[in-house]
Amino acid sequence: MANMAVAVGGTPAPAARPTRRNWVPYALLLPGLLWLAVFYAAPMFTLGSQSLQEGNVYDGYVLTGNVGIYPEALSEYWPHLLRSLGYAASATIAGLVLAYPLAYYMAQKAGRWKNIMLILVIAPFFTSFLIRTLAWRIILSDGGVVSDIVHTTGLINLLDIMGLTQGGTLLNSKFAVMAGLTYNFLPFMILPLYAALERLDPRLMEAARDLYASGWETFRHVIFPLSLPGVVAGTLLTFIPATGDYINSRLLGNTQTVMIGQVIDSLFLRVLDFPKAAALSFILLVMIVTLVGIYVRRAGTEELV
Amino acid sequence: MAENPSGDLRLVQLSKQFADFTACHPLDLTIPQGSFFALLGPSGCGKTTTLRMIAGLEEPTGGSIFIGDTDITHTKAYRRNVNTVFQSYALFPHMTIIENVAFGLKRRGDKEAMKKAQEALDLVELGHRAKQKPNQLSGGMQQRVALARALVNRPDVLLLDEPLGALDLKLRRQMQIELKRIQLDVGITFVHVTHDQEEAMTMADEVAVMNAGRLEQVGTPTELYDHPASTFVANFLGQSNLLTSRIVGDAGEGLLDVDCHGYPIRIAAAHVPAGVRDVFVGVRPEKLRIGHTGANQLTGTITDDSFTGVSTHYLVQLPWGFEVTVVQPNDGSPRAKVGEKVDISWDPGSEFVLDARQDEDAGLLDEEIRHG
Repeated sequence: MANMAVAVGGTPAPAARPTRRNWVPYALLLPGLLWLAVFYAAPMFTLGSQSLQEGNVYDGYVLTGNVGIYPEALSEYWPHLLRSLGYAASATIAGLVLAYPLAYYMAQKAGRWKNIMLILVIAPFFTSFLIRTLAWRIILSDGGVVSDIVHTTGLINLLDIMGLTQGGTLLNSKFAVMAGLTYNFLPFMILPLYAALERLDPRLMEAARDLYASGWETFRHVIFPLSLPGVVAGTLLTFIPATGDYINSRLLGNTQTVMIGQVIDSLFLRVLDFPKAAALSFILLVMIVTLVGIYVRRAGTEELV
Repeated sequence: MAENPSGDLRLVQLSKQFADFTACHPLDLTIPQGSFFALLGPSGCGKTTTLRMIAGLEEPTGGSIFIGDTDITHTKAYRRNVNTVFQSYALFPHMTIIENVAFGLKRRGDKEAMKKAQEALDLVELGHRAKQKPNQLSGGMQQRVALARALVNRPDVLLLDEPLGALDLKLRRQMQIELKRIQLDVGITFVHVTHDQEEAMTMADEVAVMNAGRLEQVGTPTELYDHPASTFVANFLGQSNLLTSRIVGDAGEGLLDVDCHGYPIRIAAAHVPAGVRDVFVGVRPEKLRIGHTGANQLTGTITDDSFTGVSTHYLVQLPWGFEVTVVQPNDGSPRAKVGEKVDISWDPGSEFVLDARQDEDAGLLDEEIRHG
């Protein structure tokens, strides 16, 4: 090692220092790498091999290399996959629309209220995900305030027409699942947007105004492009976990709103069809990675992130 | 139809009040079209606030802003034909240099935006950098891009907010000359905010000196230097020796007899403020001479000297303890030594006269305040 460093550098250096410097980074990497090896790489490998096994829980599974399980799982569950992507995309877009103005206000205008608002955004994390989602059953229940409001304003008719609700009930509907997803992942949208908008130099907005850009043009040409890293981070942090989510669709949905996470969950724990569950997991993984890859490339944020 | 047909920029009783302090007391100012105008003052004097009100980035509390006959007081910033070169340059980091320069033209739907932007970049000699991003350019280059980005829009008024503040001395001198050349070329009204008196004097046709939210004096650099209207202006622009004196009588031939701590001197009557007897007689250090060649003479002891090459700066202590600065050009005349007793003299008329009922240390930096 030391000899190499000398040869490459071209100047004689004390042997001890470069040698020690060389192993320090690896030593720092080691704990993390070990953790990932045991709790990420190994289970991934097991999952992969499980998807190629045949048998049942009573007689045991044998690795047969049955790749046919993939097209089989796909043809059986493609509606759930598409539905999951659709719900996640809706929740991501709704989250972006809700979070952007809030994050902008917090980052640029809130002044001394900034920290309090940040705490309020993070506050839901003090309660369990499950309990918060269960609370939405009460929020959306018939006869509740939200239900009353959508009925008196006639919004419920619009939701019914759009097919988001059925029979005038908010609960156990597409709408409820999307609302739950949006709510649960909103902080993950707000925080990266906040971080990006916080760094935005207000003088650039003044410069834009000075150079004949209206409010909308300033947003379009200056604010939004400069916040793109936050938009990309926020949408990924929302879209990816929302696609695989199985809590919201179970607690707030109906039999027509089953998402792929819920399918995998029941295949693993109830039906005990491990190979199909494993195969579906991989299909979902590949779909998300592909979509995210295309998205990041399209957003053109390589040099911004 | 027009009482003011030109494109003069006029501020009428313009004021700005923030929650806890007054940035600008009502001020009136007319900036002639096509002139290079400087707003000069120490930090916090309200010059930047005034500039921001002209740009439309700050809403005035009172008063109006006109360009020619058009009242633009409440016109939105993006509808004003006024552009700013910001102190921090404020270039858009996600756009290339040429996109930055074309930004204003594109917002106004100019079909030839890119072509004009390229021409503007060529004007500031950065045409070859058009495709780069701002962070790939040095501070001086970014400064020129900011200038091109504002100028390319051919505004009625170009505002410059301490645009040279971040540059080193050599580059600053170079840019001062450059800016002046460009201003003469394009003929657009330039309003230049600065706290550097030398910069204001060398570049501007006219200078407005501001202090604590008020206009102290407006005039050409020579007027301000030769006839400052207040101790603030006298001290802020160059150096001044202020001799506490009392007018005692008329000496005829346009001169007045003055008693300066018991010593008789004479001053020109022309610039004495009306109805004032207790005055500061101000003499610039370069107008004082060692030796008795002038009609007014005082005697003192040299307490300090510093040789700068072109000249020697002496501190001369007068009999009543007050120290004056004398600048002797390096023209071959014999130099005096510290401790030496010398006569200093000047001619009546080369002084300026100020009302003594004001703070003689106004406009001085803390470390400059003389005692005695």
